[in-house]
Amino acid sequence: MPPILQMRSIEKRFPGVHALKGVSLEVSKGEVVALLGENGAGKSTLMKVLGGVHQPDSGEVLIDGAPAVIRGVSDATKYGVAFIHQELNVLDNLDVAANVYLGREPTHGGPLRLLDRGRMEEDTKKHLARLGLDIAPDTPLVRLSIAQQQMVEIAKALSLNARILIMDEPTSSLTLSETERLLEVVKDLREHGVAVIYISHRLGEVKEIADRAVVLRDGANAGELRREEITHDQMVRLMVGRDIDSFYQQPLGEKSPRYFEVETLRTARYPDKQVKFDVGRGEILGLAGLVGAGRSEAAQAIFGVDASVESRLLLDSRPLRIRSPQDAIKYGVYLVPEDRRTAGLIVDMPIRENVTLPALERYAPAGLISFEKEKEGSKEVCQRLNVKAPTVETKAANLSGGNQQKVVLAKWLALEPKVLIFDEPTRGIDVGAKAEIYELMRKLAESGVAIIMISSDMEEVINVSDRVAVMHEGRVTGVLTREETTEENIMRLAVGG
Amino acid sequence: MKKELGTFLLLVLLCVVVAILNPRFLAPANLQNMARLIGMYGIFSIGLGLVIITGGIDLSVGSVFALLGVVMSMMLTEWGWPSALAVVAIIGLGTALGALHGLLITKVRVQPFIVTLCGLLFYRGLARFISNDETKGFGTGAGFETLKTLATGSVLGIPTPFVLLIIISVVMWVVLHRSVYGRYLYAVGRNETAARYSGINSEKMVASAYIILGALVGIAGIVFAFYTNSISPSSHGNSFELYGIAAAVLGGCSLRGGEGSVVGILIGTALLQVLQNLVNLLGIPSSLNFAVLGAVILIGVIADQILQRRPARVKPA
Repeated sequence: MPPILQMRSIEKRFPGVHALKGVSLEVSKGEVVALLGENGAGKSTLMKVLGGVHQPDSGEVLIDGAPAVIRGVSDATKYGVAFIHQELNVLDNLDVAANVYLGREPTHGGPLRLLDRGRMEEDTKKHLARLGLDIAPDTPLVRLSIAQQQMVEIAKALSLNARILIMDEPTSSLTLSETERLLEVVKDLREHGVAVIYISHRLGEVKEIADRAVVLRDGANAGELRREEITHDQMVRLMVGRDIDSFYQQPLGEKSPRYFEVETLRTARYPDKQVKFDVGRGEILGLAGLVGAGRSEAAQAIFGVDASVESRLLLDSRPLRIRSPQDAIKYGVYLVPEDRRTAGLIVDMPIRENVTLPALERYAPAGLISFEKEKEGSKEVCQRLNVKAPTVETKAANLSGGNQQKVVLAKWLALEPKVLIFDEPTRGIDVGAKAEIYELMRKLAESGVAIIMISSDMEEVINVSDRVAVMHEGRVTGVLTREETTEENIMRLAVGG
Repeated sequence: MKKELGTFLLLVLLCVVVAILNPRFLAPANLQNMARLIGMYGIFSIGLGLVIITGGIDLSVGSVFALLGVVMSMMLTEWGWPSALAVVAIIGLGTALGALHGLLITKVRVQPFIVTLCGLLFYRGLARFISNDETKGFGTGAGFETLKTLATGSVLGIPTPFVLLIIISVVMWVVLHRSVYGRYLYAVGRNETAARYSGINSEKMVASAYIILGALVGIAGIVFAFYTNSISPSSHGNSFELYGIAAAVLGGCSLRGGEGSVVGILIGTALLQVLQNLVNLLGIPSSLNFAVLGAVILIGVIADQILQRRPARVKPA
């Protein structure tokens, strides 16, 4: 029996870019193939060819051994190809059943085409049950967690009889336990003969789930790893084409004195719980926990974006009164927010205007902006952070995730940070850029900045942090030293200690 | 700049066409009168543009004109206030109303559309009530000649309102395109969350836009009251807010906020006045006035959309 999917020598050129240079990919029934590569390696383009969004310039796609012409999304659906995108494609004002059947609602027939709600809900229930999900089909999507919404998308794919399921970074906004749950679902789909193409930057997951890993680099096949060959080092080596000697930076040896202390912090979300931790000068404190543990809320309260119920913060033993980001900025306490596209950057503005926004006065003697100075200043900091962009006039929207994150960081570097809070600093960022961000964080720490890193990526937390504070439902359940930091210890504290 | 260019070409084209069809378009008297109107409309349109850049809207402008006009007339003719005091008071009143709108929008968090829709109704009613629904005016203008020249006079042959507009435009151009304040205003209009995360007090920025608009409406209100010299509380300033919004949109402001320029708004204002003039000069029935305006604005905006729509940028990933 031929493999369910064969893509052979796919070529695709865009103006100025040779995106795919004869890429091949094979997937069999009941196989999970991880598709790896840095951003720009061609993963998305290849998947868009399969999904019918792009037409290949040459090469062929065979499904069940027969040539398939996929001219659009509806063709893809016909061939049983379903795509779960990184950004969820759900309408959160509708309920579960309406989402699953969007655009192909069963009707009672007749000129009015009244909806057959009964059938919709019944079928939805069936598909949800297959995913082990106990949600009423009439639950509005807004009331579901991100993980549940994603399951709804998978249910939709199942209802379309998907035989080839493409999942693009499906766990990037899931908690650890939700990730586990999703991986279980993927394994179950594999049991039922679904072919899964799994794109992820989280190599830990890939190790766990993939039967095979196909690595792309610069629009070409860079290599393939069989299940037993899949290791972190192998994957990274193929992706970047060289060994990364120090993917994670060497952490600090000695214990640093207290510098920034959160004596008590009570957030609006958990008004009865107290957050308490401290960070030393030059230290990276990992802040681990499940999503919903109140980590981002704590960060936003410290930064003054959200009001806190009670807040006692000390910097170098001096109390801080932070009621707004302006106050925090005055003290040198900065936040690199979780959502860089909506909170970190103004994506329609050029890099220059983004970088100088918090420190605009410096470029504006007497209140009038000096474009020369602004340009120079932003160029300088972008060079320092190795931001890859044609010019500083490039819109932030046109940058890759890693470069966007560097621009967010660039905003604060000009202001001599004392405390920097990173909220999920490497989410959705490719391996090469990740290593750069870690290096920057370590360099900043070495220059005396106290760094707090919120992260849901276990590997990252363990390898980057000097110490790890773990939160559960609004309070810190424990702080682990470097020696104590293990996945088991973190999980134990994350579920409440 | 590209965005303004399209509207500018449309303006030039329209001028040429009207001038060819009716040479009276170029008569000094006609040009002067048009400049006078552009001056008055331009002053508050810039303010409205500012508000639109923050992502807001103000529907109350026309009613504020009526209220300010009525109060101005009463101050001068009935209460015997000195001219200077009345001017300060009217601009102050306009500013205060702007501040009130800003406060309701940023602190009470009522949507700008609702706040100013209520303003539109409220101020019109108030104007009619305090004037007993009687038309107010300044009579022969005796006693406040200086004020009258603001509206009907000229400086070196250029109508005073137009001179005022140029001064205000230069100031606002610097404020909007060269100052820290202006950059913040665009930032808040583009993405309020990110602006806040960058340490910008977005509430203050939004409120300030309404305050500046209020002050500009105050100035334009005085000029306009003396221009008409007769203020009928039920119709004075009717739908002026729509002219302002139309000018801003024609000039490249996006109702989503974060876009627009002083030059664009000026071109938009001029375009509207040329259109008005065209209706008069070409003998188009004046009942068709609004239809022509609406049609041309729509065509202008659609043309702009088409010009802006370039082939989708392909981003390989």
